[in-house]
Amino acid sequence: MTPSSSTYAVERHGAVPFWRDIRVIRVIAQIVFVIVVLAIGAWLLDNYRNWLAERNLTFSFRFLRLEASFDLAEGIPFKPTDSYARAFLVGVVNTLRVASVGIVLATLLGLVAGVARLSRNWLVSHIASVYIELIRNTPLLVQLFFLYFAVILKLPKLKTGDEITAITLPGPTYLSNRGLAMPWPRPSESFGAWWPFILAALVVALVLWILRARGVQRTGRPSFNFLWIVVAFLVIPAVGWLIVPGSPLVLDVPVIKGLKARGGTILSPEFVALTLGLVVYTGAFIAEVVRAGILAVPKGQTEAARAQGFTEMQILRLIVLPQALRVIIPPLISQYLNLTKNSSLAIGIGFLDLYAVSNTMLNQSGRVVEVFLMIMAAYLSMSLSISLIMNIVNRRIQIVER
Amino acid sequence: MERKYFLGLVTVLVVAALLAACGPKATPCPECPPCPEAGECPTPEPCPKCPEVPAAAAAGERLDIIKERGKIICGVNAELPGFGYLNPQGEFEGFDVDFCKALAAAVFGDPNAVEYRPLTAAERLPALQTGEIDVLIRNTTWTLTRDAENDLNWAAVNFYDGQGMMVRKDSGFKTLEDMEGATICVTTGTTTEMNLADTFRALGIDYTPLLFEKTQDTSAAYEEGRCDGQTSDKSQLAALRSAMANPEDHVILDVTMSKEPLGPLTAHGADEWNDVVRWVVWGMIQAEESGVTSENVDEMLKSEDPTIQRLLGVSGEMGTSLGIPDDFMVQVLKAVGNYGEVYERWLGPDGLDIPRGPNELWTNGGLMYPMAFR
Repeated sequence: MTPSSSTYAVERHGAVPFWRDIRVIRVIAQIVFVIVVLAIGAWLLDNYRNWLAERNLTFSFRFLRLEASFDLAEGIPFKPTDSYARAFLVGVVNTLRVASVGIVLATLLGLVAGVARLSRNWLVSHIASVYIELIRNTPLLVQLFFLYFAVILKLPKLKTGDEITAITLPGPTYLSNRGLAMPWPRPSESFGAWWPFILAALVVALVLWILRARGVQRTGRPSFNFLWIVVAFLVIPAVGWLIVPGSPLVLDVPVIKGLKARGGTILSPEFVALTLGLVVYTGAFIAEVVRAGILAVPKGQTEAARAQGFTEMQILRLIVLPQALRVIIPPLISQYLNLTKNSSLAIGIGFLDLYAVSNTMLNQSGRVVEVFLMIMAAYLSMSLSISLIMNIVNRRIQIVER
Repeated sequence: MERKYFLGLVTVLVVAALLAACGPKATPCPECPPCPEAGECPTPEPCPKCPEVPAAAAAGERLDIIKERGKIICGVNAELPGFGYLNPQGEFEGFDVDFCKALAAAVFGDPNAVEYRPLTAAERLPALQTGEIDVLIRNTTWTLTRDAENDLNWAAVNFYDGQGMMVRKDSGFKTLEDMEGATICVTTGTTTEMNLADTFRALGIDYTPLLFEKTQDTSAAYEEGRCDGQTSDKSQLAALRSAMANPEDHVILDVTMSKEPLGPLTAHGADEWNDVVRWVVWGMIQAEESGVTSENVDEMLKSEDPTIQRLLGVSGEMGTSLGIPDDFMVQVLKAVGNYGEVYERWLGPDGLDIPRGPNELWTNGGLMYPMAFR
């Protein structure tokens, strides 16, 4: 195309009218789009307002202060005279319990399964394959129902007549279809005098870590960081234990009395089923993420390390995983978010998570819109917090690249 | 290319905006009040199919419509064994269904002159309001809101239901006080869970509720032994128990935690028909009180007792004043029996095995109290 041909075109058609000017059209299109979105939003809001007006209701969160008058028996203590707000808090705490335990365990399981699937041992790699493919390709809700109704509720009863029929492990730990009751340390009166020792242990461990890390950088010699920290953590509290009068922690032992076990800590079958289900399910996905990350590390890295005489474990720990993490972290964030959001399936198996509690709240209060806004806000803030933390981790790891 | 795309987008958006703007006003003919001249509706579409005989216009005439039709259209449950259930032979059966039969026997002398309409909980009230059915006998609780806001009239109470507690027979529980420390399975989002909390709080009993969203999950968890008890309406508990692997291992305690009076109901404006329904129900209760059964009804025709004479139409014109044959109760008793027989058949030890409790006759300390037959 020569410059003259475009000149001709302009001459032939004259100036482009504004409604055919692409720059004007772009601006107008955006304005129209915004207006339409606002109009739809305004109409929906107006529709909701009319609905409220028809029923003489107002949009308000005042119901949160009212007495809930239903009962919840999972997580932090709750009684029917407590408020709706506290009921919601019970749900939030329970979801956080499941999500935090689930994320840690799913990561460990996923890491092991992902590495195992790449193992050169036939049995190990095939077991991992079967696990991953089986779990990844069946719906989570089905797995949860199976785990709850077909596995956990089929455990022996706590008592048959007056005889204890639960599976009894040393401790004593009772495993039955009423849950897992096990001993649990509880702080006693002298705990207040003891906890500064733990704090001291933490500080010492941190200082040691920094010193040793500097030493490694200066001399290039490997050091046993981990060992030092363990020593710091064991010795200092142990000394504290001897100095403080009485024992700061007492072991609370479960006792079967009447129809249930009391004392110690009791994990409900619903909590166990949900956590286990989410861990197994998410673990399978994380395993694939881990495998992808490992395979993304060039083969030359492994071969070079092997040629230098690193053991297989060292190759994995020092060469492959640090590089694989860069690939692993972004999809891992999605899996963490999935696990948190999938915990809302708890309602199917009677675990009182955020969604199950909210469901009861909205049924009993009739405040549908308000409660759903609260549910969305709660999940959104949990998800965004996880994203934020993981993105920080991701940035730290990415910087390593030189 | 780009312009075309843009124009298309604008068109879509404009149409959407118009639709959005018109949305709320797009209901021009909501209840078609001038139904005789239904063609006058301003919309292109006429009123959505006005019923040929509008329920409101049928004040007092519903009974005539039924007589003309030759059968009663009875709204029932098809899925609650013992109360209203479509059996594998394709027949409706149960406690509520027997009352449909009793009505047909009273009006036509034939218990089979009934057309059954299986209805879900959500469909049942509109079906009555639109005049699609004559009477609804589908375990429907009598509440103020339903009675007043939905333009309905309950005729009588044929079953005093209430929230109950089902436990394992070998647990040895007899009362709620025995259940200290128990875990109780309950379906969430119902008044049941509030009643449970209220009752146990009032009694000061320590318990652990376990909430499920679906009734079948609640029941499954209870059956697996996750809970020591399950709570729901007694009729529901009994029906759930009948579906369990070993129904005889479970008992429903004789305690009642809430009021759930169930009974047949008709639409507003069908007053004569409503009278028929209530007096048939009360007649069946009176028959039990007077000791008249399906077996001795013929002998009882010779009874000297004036109440029995009036009940069976030997003396007085009770039926005629209702607009049905005078011997209507004889027909009812021959068809289904008295209240106690119907109860025994479906809810007694061979049926769902619900303790009679408040459904005993008033003479036996229950609430079943028929109004005076005179």
